[in-house]
Amino acid sequence: MLTLQAVLDGLLLGILFALIAYGMALQWGVMNIINIAQGDLVILGGYIAYFMYLYGIHPAWGVIVSPIIMYFVGVVIYKLVINKVVDRDLFISILATFGISILFMQLMNFAFGADVVLANSGYGTTMLFDNSVTLPNSKIFSAFISIVFAIGLVIYMKKSKLGRAIRATAQNARAAKILGVDTEKVYAATFGINAALCGVAGALISITFTIHPYMGLPYTIRSFMIVIVAGLGNLPGVAMSGMGLGVFEEFADYILGTEFRIGSVFLLLVLILVYRRFKLSRKREYLK
Amino acid sequence: MKIKNIIITFVSAIAILFSTSVVSFAKVVGDKIILGAAISLTGKYSSNGVHTQNGYNMAVDRINEMGGVKVGGKTYKFDIIYYDDESNPKRAAQLAERLISQDGVEFMLGPYSSGLTKAIAPVTEKYGVPMVEANGASRSLFTKGYKYLFAVLAPANLYLDVAIETAVALNGGKGVRIAQAFEQDAFSQDVRLGILDAAERTGSKIIIDDKLPKELNDMAATLAKVKAVKPDVLVVSGHTKGALTAIRQIAEMKVDVPMLAMTHCDAAKLSKQHGKNSQYALCASQWHKTLTYKDDFFKDGMTYAADFEKLFGYDPPYQSAESSAALLVFKDAFERANTFDQKKVRDALAATNMQTFYGNIKFAEGGQNVDKPMVLFQVMCDDAGKCENKVVAPLKWASAELIHPIPKWSER
Repeated sequence: MLTLQAVLDGLLLGILFALIAYGMALQWGVMNIINIAQGDLVILGGYIAYFMYLYGIHPAWGVIVSPIIMYFVGVVIYKLVINKVVDRDLFISILATFGISILFMQLMNFAFGADVVLANSGYGTTMLFDNSVTLPNSKIFSAFISIVFAIGLVIYMKKSKLGRAIRATAQNARAAKILGVDTEKVYAATFGINAALCGVAGALISITFTIHPYMGLPYTIRSFMIVIVAGLGNLPGVAMSGMGLGVFEEFADYILGTEFRIGSVFLLLVLILVYRRFKLSRKREYLK
Repeated sequence: MKIKNIIITFVSAIAILFSTSVVSFAKVVGDKIILGAAISLTGKYSSNGVHTQNGYNMAVDRINEMGGVKVGGKTYKFDIIYYDDESNPKRAAQLAERLISQDGVEFMLGPYSSGLTKAIAPVTEKYGVPMVEANGASRSLFTKGYKYLFAVLAPANLYLDVAIETAVALNGGKGVRIAQAFEQDAFSQDVRLGILDAAERTGSKIIIDDKLPKELNDMAATLAKVKAVKPDVLVVSGHTKGALTAIRQIAEMKVDVPMLAMTHCDAAKLSKQHGKNSQYALCASQWHKTLTYKDDFFKDGMTYAADFEKLFGYDPPYQSAESSAALLVFKDAFERANTFDQKKVRDALAATNMQTFYGNIKFAEGGQNVDKPMVLFQVMCDDAGKCENKVVAPLKWASAELIHPIPKWSER
């Protein structure tokens, strides 16, 4: 039963991670930007849901309100900072988003205080197998909403004009520009969509876990990991890799102990990067 | 030419000597004793940093209003120079250095948290500056042989000692089975050491011993293990995050344990954030307003709490109360020493034996307060869902009877 509990906890958690990672994969693929502030956008989204909760609105509405606000936050960040680094070296964009991350942490700390907070959904618990496996309904709700948003986004990317423009820009920005796509607008929208996804995930995290101004980095690392494993523009891959990471974390927690939970994610990241490099070097030899 | 050089050197030396002596007396000048403090006004400890500052400020105002400090037949008033250490130990150490060597501060008040106190203590020790601190409880602070460090609070290893003693007593004197989860920071690991000692002393067994990461926000795996092995006591210490996460997930996963003991419930505003889900949690606290200690400045805990709320608009957490007590200790030591000589004030501090509204204060060799036991309160809620923290141990101050074992989730 412990194993089943770990698998289910891991899957529900992993779906939520996958949603955050999908946003990262999208903007990485389109704009070639690794957003270190990804986790901080998630936390900011969480605070929006938390403040709704404080003012007596059920925090579940945060999954609608938070992405709307966060979309505009994303567009503003793009206009102020990202558009200046979008065509530059990857290292410059990492530095820029690292700066945004620090700024966001400090601003959130200044605005909302350093207290750890959470929003209570009051959703209760689903109990299976005579109470030996328990699944908080808030986690089930989070996973469900994440799936809905992910599917919605896939459809939007396929069917809508903007979605097609985003995909065209991702494939070849110069060609898209020549064919009349306003890439500047596409970049802004992409960053906005990523921030909106972070907003949804943040609202879900405030319902499921806790939020704090300095808690963003682990979410950035996890999404980075998921994207590295899945590759860019591969949504089923991101979903599978997210769920895999969730289950991996839960098992690492059981077997190695809670103190190694985040550490094991870092270790896995290193292993995967080494493996990818190894694969790449073999490929190069073959090409010679 | 040579003579001219000698004269210039001599004059400069006198000028430097004069200027440094002005600085070194500058902080007790006129009718003011200026204390220095590096406090976390921004960064991750800023909430508790503000509680600490409010506690200091309230005590300064109160002591000044009630006649100040009498030294050598003259009356002095307290004043504090604050710097923001940004919750960063390196910055705190730099600021301590600055307070002492640039601002000429001769007496210091402690920062918030064990980690920052650990960073500052070597600096104050180096300069022989007496520091009374109120928010660093880590045992390692008191085993380094510091001579100028004094803490008004009980050390971290005593935080949840009482909980284990109580559980054993309720078990007819027989040892209990303990599951514990502690964050990996100096403070929580000291609390853990205290539990290990208590377990050995009482013949209890530790059956789960998890360490929680700093980025903790999910304890599901630990709690699933707790559900499987059914311990008699579950102990959690992971600052505010630990307390909030544990209560949320215990309620969600319907984990039944006869006793749940934690730290930082006060700072986490546990009952406010979780309502009835936090009911029956036992919380270690340095102070509670219902304790009956008394002094001439704040009268007792209830009066202190009422006055504090009038000033700052919220119920004082123990971090504020202990910070206020630090000023009372300084005042008492200055008056007994009857001088501002740092060494004599240090000796007077070491000989402190007094009662404040916060508790009795008497320092051991290492600087920790050994005359004030920790208290345990239990979160108790009425049918309407209004929750209150009630002291249940030690029995001398108990305002309610401990509810044990905690009713099962299916019966609530």
